[in-house]
Amino acid sequence: MILESAVEHALFAAKKIFTTIMRRVRHGAHGAPCLATLRPTGRFGLIRLCFTALLLMLASTAHAHKPSDSYLILNIEGAQVYGQWDIALRDLDFAIGLDGNGDGEITWGELRARHDAIAAYALPRLRIQSEGIVCPTHASAHQVDNHSDGAYAVLSFVAECGKPLSAVELNYSLLFDVDPQHKGLLRLEYKGTTTTAIFSPDKATQHFYLAEVTLLRQFLDYAKEGVWHIWIGFDHILFLLSLLLPAVLYRKQKHWEAVPGFHPALIDVLKIVTAFTLAHSITLTLATMGVVTLPTRLVESAIAASVALSALNNVFPLFEGKRWMVAFAFGLIHGFGFASVLADLGLPQNALLLALVGFNLGVEGGQLAIVSAFLPLAYYLRGTVFYRRVVLFAGSILIMLLASVWLVERVFSLKLLGF
Amino acid sequence: MRMHLKLLPLLLFSCLLFGHANVYPAPFTPASDAEVLEHLPFKASDPTTRELRRLRDELSANPRNLDKAIALAQRYFQLAMADGDPRFIGYAQAALAPWWTLDEPPVAVLVQRATLRQYSHQFTSALADLKQVIQIEPRNGTAWSLLAAINMVQAEYATARQDCEHLHGLASKLIVVACIATVDSLSGKAEPAYLSLQETYASSTAVPANEKLWVLTRLAEMSDRLGYADQADAYYQAALKLNIPDAYLLAVYAEFLLDEKRYSEVITLLKDKERSDILLMRLALAEKALNAPKAKEHQEVIRSRFDAARMRGDKLHIQDEARFYLFILAPPDGHGDDKTRLPHPNPPPASEKLLAGHPEEGTNASLREFYVKEALRLAQENWLGQHEPSDARILMAAALAAKDVAAAQPALDWLAQSHIEDRHLQQLLKALRELKS
Repeated sequence: MILESAVEHALFAAKKIFTTIMRRVRHGAHGAPCLATLRPTGRFGLIRLCFTALLLMLASTAHAHKPSDSYLILNIEGAQVYGQWDIALRDLDFAIGLDGNGDGEITWGELRARHDAIAAYALPRLRIQSEGIVCPTHASAHQVDNHSDGAYAVLSFVAECGKPLSAVELNYSLLFDVDPQHKGLLRLEYKGTTTTAIFSPDKATQHFYLAEVTLLRQFLDYAKEGVWHIWIGFDHILFLLSLLLPAVLYRKQKHWEAVPGFHPALIDVLKIVTAFTLAHSITLTLATMGVVTLPTRLVESAIAASVALSALNNVFPLFEGKRWMVAFAFGLIHGFGFASVLADLGLPQNALLLALVGFNLGVEGGQLAIVSAFLPLAYYLRGTVFYRRVVLFAGSILIMLLASVWLVERVFSLKLLGF
Repeated sequence: MRMHLKLLPLLLFSCLLFGHANVYPAPFTPASDAEVLEHLPFKASDPTTRELRRLRDELSANPRNLDKAIALAQRYFQLAMADGDPRFIGYAQAALAPWWTLDEPPVAVLVQRATLRQYSHQFTSALADLKQVIQIEPRNGTAWSLLAAINMVQAEYATARQDCEHLHGLASKLIVVACIATVDSLSGKAEPAYLSLQETYASSTAVPANEKLWVLTRLAEMSDRLGYADQADAYYQAALKLNIPDAYLLAVYAEFLLDEKRYSEVITLLKDKERSDILLMRLALAEKALNAPKAKEHQEVIRSRFDAARMRGDKLHIQDEARFYLFILAPPDGHGDDKTRLPHPNPPPASEKLLAGHPEEGTNASLREFYVKEALRLAQENWLGQHEPSDARILMAAALAAKDVAAAQPALDWLAQSHIEDRHLQQLLKALRELKS
């Protein structure tokens, strides 16, 4: 029985991919120059500032205290979620005020007086959701605890989800508005298994599957993610399609001719798909194991370039009959792209290989589905002028244009397209 | 695989005791309303509290007012500097929220964002922000001084010196000289740099107190590296007399006193600074040397803070963590008194290493070996991020304790390239050479 933690919903993966593709437009907010804003007292104001900056830099050990964390334990039993939430008194004081008499000390009496306020502040900042429905929470007890860096309020609560949970979505937003460095450290317990996670402003929403997951189930989940990724990964599909489009044709005196039978087309497709699969499996594995890593921007840009090149090859054939080599060479790059998606999904440390193989097989399955939809249709149309002029020629040019825009976007971190 | 069987039950035992136990202890209900649970940094009547409230109110009335946001962020940053509490860094970031994620925010935000980022050791993004500032405003003194400082931390001395040169006309002569002298003192010109800063400081008049603090701290560090312990002590004392709270000054002075084996003075200096991780660490080192009553308790507090930092995925403490393993758990005299307690078995590599088997020596000896190896691993990881004398020192010391001269090589290369003059590093270098031959 394994509690599956880090596999996040497919939509999350989709969001990630789209945000990778759609870099944000650079905001051109040129504001007041620093010195004008920061120089209330003439030259001395500036000097002090320089001095402060220097001082601080040389104080590289200055990160002297533990930063703000809360400790959240959730215990899921049937339709109920039992929570224990340890929040630093200093943080609560900053957010809602605890020091009633203002003497700089927080007593149990002062804390007790603010119990309702604490529950009213904290509980709405943890949204527990199951199957799209928010589970209402209520406080059940208030205690205190000492952690290594001081006293914490311990808020016990119960969330009622109506029916037994099989998955849970948690949205954590405590203190993020006043202290973006704050983190929520979660321990999730379900039927004797424990999962941990860290909430930060970048990772405020996280999904957890609770089913008594078998290894098979976990494997299938990763496979599903793989299928989904190839399905929404337009760049991978277009790369493959660009290479496959000419598979039902062959070159004769610088002209495309329809292949006489199904067999040669099938062989060509198999060679390309196998080469691509082999190549990206190699780099996906190496990157996931941490043997090789490349910067995301480089990988994403190279993927865009590979799409443009493979489409260009259909207009000005450069690698006639050797497209499987192109598939292999660029497949290596695409593998790094898959690896960053898999990394974002989170990898179960206890079943790394399982997740890797599952995800990869999912990718292959998705690919196979696309190929099996493409090949019969292309084979049927191969003799038509429509296929050669519109599908192959115009289609490749379109793909090339699109990929060039991606390339520019990714190299310069711009957003030009709305998708 | 040969496994040291004696270690296994110890490991499991320590998991129970020091695993989650420390980060998720048992909640309780206090007996009386009067029981004091927590001390806040400021009372309500404290002028700082009032000032912060005024700045916060002004900003919340108009959260997009750039000047107000910068003023509040700067104030919080000063507080973080004073006692090293990273919460203030988070509050400063929150003040800048409307601009924080922009690629090209106003220059004032870029400078402030770089300042906060470098505090969290995000040097690459801080440098990117500062380069943007310089492009828009080539005569931005703050940006040049920050660039100089970041380049110094990363041992880019030639670049740092150029950055200092850009400060001519943008900052006082004393600051420019101090900037250049600090770089020079780390790159083969320690003696003339020290003299020039001494001279400029002596002839400067009407120096603001916080500039004095900064220059005195630099002079103290320089003279300490050169081996002039008496002068260093005098400069540290003079800096302390300014009465400006500064976590960095306390940390480096404590360091100096530890080197001079003046342990009881460290305890006097730091006894009510337990809240700060770096100061507590130095306090614990002194207490251990004197076998003081609180030594054990402080050691456990430090350990649980490292566990907590690891849980949140923090890597800002690795230099000190290496020190903890090397000087507290596995002290050089070989009397590691931590016989029954092993560190939290997380991260896995540590415990794997532990279980990977040690030959049949005594448990004590193999434990010490484990701690030393862990210290070396952490010191190496730390060296990847920063190259200051203290980073080199812990790497060399850990390599020496592990009898692994090759592991110290990156620090030795840096030593040779930078021509740094530092008596502590020279001693370690000598010891490493002796070990090699």
